[in-house]
Amino acid sequence: MPKRLVTVDLEKCVGCGLCTLACSRRFGLAGNDYSGILSVSLSGFERGATVIFCRACEDPPCVQVCPTNALRKRRGGGVIYREEICIGCKNCVQACTIGAIFERSDGKIAVCIHCGYCVDFCPHGVLAMKEVKA
Amino acid sequence: MKILKIDLSNYSYEFEEIDDWIGGTGLAVRILRKEMNPSVDPLSEDNVIVFAVGPFTPAYPMASKTVAMFKSPLTGNLGESHAGGRTAFAIANAGYGAIVIKGRSHKPIYVVVENDRVYFRDARVIWGIADSLVIARIIAEREKGRGMRTVMRIGGAGEKLVRYACVTTETYRHFGRLGLGAVFGSKNLLALVVIGRGGFKVKDPKLYREVYREIYDLALKSDAMKKYHLIGTPVNVKPLNLIRALPTRNLRSTTFEVADEVSGEAFAEHNLGRRIACSHCPIACIHLATLRLPYEEEPYFYRTIMISYDYELIYSLGSMLGVGSREGILRLIHKVESLGLDAMSTGVCLAWATEALERGLIDESDTIVKLEFGNVNSYIQAIEYIYEQPNKFYEILAQGVERASEVYGGKEFALSFGGNEMPGYHAGYATHIGYLIGLRHSHLDNAGYSLDQKIDVYPEPEEIVDKLVKEECWRQVLSSLVVCFFARGVYKPEVVSRAFKALGYDVDEDELVKAGERIYREKLKLKVEMGFEKPRIPERILETECMHGKLDRGYIERALEYWWDRYVEG
Repeated sequence: MPKRLVTVDLEKCVGCGLCTLACSRRFGLAGNDYSGILSVSLSGFERGATVIFCRACEDPPCVQVCPTNALRKRRGGGVIYREEICIGCKNCVQACTIGAIFERSDGKIAVCIHCGYCVDFCPHGVLAMKEVKA
Repeated sequence: MKILKIDLSNYSYEFEEIDDWIGGTGLAVRILRKEMNPSVDPLSEDNVIVFAVGPFTPAYPMASKTVAMFKSPLTGNLGESHAGGRTAFAIANAGYGAIVIKGRSHKPIYVVVENDRVYFRDARVIWGIADSLVIARIIAEREKGRGMRTVMRIGGAGEKLVRYACVTTETYRHFGRLGLGAVFGSKNLLALVVIGRGGFKVKDPKLYREVYREIYDLALKSDAMKKYHLIGTPVNVKPLNLIRALPTRNLRSTTFEVADEVSGEAFAEHNLGRRIACSHCPIACIHLATLRLPYEEEPYFYRTIMISYDYELIYSLGSMLGVGSREGILRLIHKVESLGLDAMSTGVCLAWATEALERGLIDESDTIVKLEFGNVNSYIQAIEYIYEQPNKFYEILAQGVERASEVYGGKEFALSFGGNEMPGYHAGYATHIGYLIGLRHSHLDNAGYSLDQKIDVYPEPEEIVDKLVKEECWRQVLSSLVVCFFARGVYKPEVVSRAFKALGYDVDEDELVKAGERIYREKLKLKVEMGFEKPRIPERILETECMHGKLDRGYIERALEYWWDRYVEG
C-alpha cells in the first residue's frame, strides 16, 4: 500500500525546522530552497508551532491548474512532480488552499512527495508515515 | 562569503565578497576592523553593526546562532552579542555570511531583506510603541515570508537609547547584552526583517548526510546536551545555591533562602507551559512558562501570558533582587521583555539602586518608588522609569551601573566588569577573572565558573589565566561556526573537521585551534583600538564569601596584570 506523510500530534511541534532542512538535504542541498515542508510559528511562538506540507488530496486542485502536466496525481493521494516540464507559472501555488506548494529560487516549485525522509529527523514525534488506500 | 552592506543614511545597499575567517565572530571582527573607525561615538551614525552567521548554519544542526558585533554604548568598547531564534537560518538561506548596517536614517524605518532585495519601510506610525511584542506582531502581519524569516526588533528601551536595550528575535531570543537595542534606536531603525529561501550544494552529499546523522544522534542520544533537554538552564539554581555561588541581594549573600521555590525544578513542575526551538536545533531548550494573572478589578477575568525563562533571568530579576516567588520573577521578566531591556543589566542596576537607597546615597525623590529587596511592584514601576527616564536619576541609571555609581557613589557594590553588568555566578577566582579578561566580559567567554567548581586548591593565577584564554580561543572557533555553546560537547575539533570535509573544505584540528587564537588576538586588538583599559575589580566580590571562602584581591590583580602583559601588550 502507498504511504503518505501525516502528523501524529501537531501540538508537539517545537518549530525546530529540522523537517524543512531534511527535505532539502535529500537533494544534497544545505538550506531550505528545495523544501516541500515548512515549519512555522502560530502567529508568534507563544502559541506554539506547526508544519505545513501537502495533505495528499485525492483530487488535488494543483493538478487541475497545472498547464504542462508537471504535476500529476500520485497513487494514494498528492502529486508527482516532474520539474523538467514545469514552466514556473505558480498556478499551483495559488491553487493550494493550505499554501503547501513553495517557490524555489530558480523559479520552479517545491512540494512534498511523501517520501518520508523528514520523519527520521523529527525529534519530537510530530511526523510519521501512514499507509493509505490507493 | 557574500556580505550585504546596507547604508541607512542614503537608503542604499551593495554586495561584497569576503574570504573566510570562518564566519560568525571571526568574520564580524574582520568586517568591523575594516568598516568602522574604532573611536566612533557608539550612538552616532558612524557606528557599524554586523550580523554574521557561519558555514554550518544551514548545513548542520545547532549552528543556530547569529553573532552581532558593534561598538557598545554601554561600555564604549567592543559589543558582541549572540542570539538564536530564526535569525541565522534566515540570513544564511538568504545567501549571506553577514549583513552589515551603517549610517542613520533621518526618520524611523524598518528594513526588510528578501534574498537579494532590500526594502526600506516607513516606521513613523509604529515608532513610540513601547511594547516590542506589539511591534513584532504588526510587522509580522504586514510582511510575508512566514517560516523563512526573522524579525529582529527593539522595544521602547531601544528607542529611548537605554544603554542596555536589547534586540529581540522571534519573541523569546535576544541579542541581549551590551546595548545593541540602543544602537538600533540611534539609527532610527526599529527592526530588521530577513526573509531567506535558498541554500548551497554540498561537495560530498553522502558524507554530508552521514556526518549530519552523527551530529544529530550525538545531540539527542548522548548526554552531551541532556541538561538543556530537560529542565533547561534553570537547573543551575539549586546546585549554585548549594555551593554558595548564587548572587543574592546585590551579592551581599550567595545563598537564597527560597531558592527551591524558584528553582528550575519548581518552574518546570508548576509553570512550564511549552518548549520551543531555535531553527535547526532538535533540543528545544527555550522554556516558556504560563502566567495566569487576574484582572485587578474584575472577578473571573484572567489573561494568560507565555514567558520565556532561563537561569540568568532567575538570578538577575530573582535572587539578585530578593524576589523569591515564581510569579514575581515572571512578571518582572515580562516587563523587561516587552520594553526590550537586557534582563541581566536591568536586574544588576536595580540591585545597586536598592542598596544605594538603603545607604542613603540616593533618596526616594530620585527613585520615585521605594525600592526594596523583594518588592516586585516597586521594581516593575522602576523598570518602567528606566524606559521613560522621568528624572535625572533614571536618565543616569539607563546608562548602566558603572555610570550610575560614578555619579552617585557606591562603586564598591556596583557589580560590573569592563562596564558590563555581572552574570549570575560567584563561584571563585576563575569566575571573576573570567569576567574581567573575557572579551565580552561575559560568563560565556570562558566559563570560569565551571573551572571554579572543579578546583580544590588554586594554582598560581597565571595558570588560571592561560586556561581561561585557551578555552576562550576555542570558543572563538565555535562562535565563528555559530555553533550554540550548549552544543560544545557535540562539536569537538574532530567532528568539526569532518563536518567541514563533507562541505568540501579541508580543515584539520590544528588549523582550527590556530584560527581560534588568531580571532582572539584580532578581537583583543579591536578592543584596544577602541580604548580598552584595565577593568576595575568591584570590592563586593571580595567581601562576600563563595565556596572557596573570601577571595583575595592580590590573586585577582596578579591574574589581571599577567593577562595584560602577556595577551594585551604582549
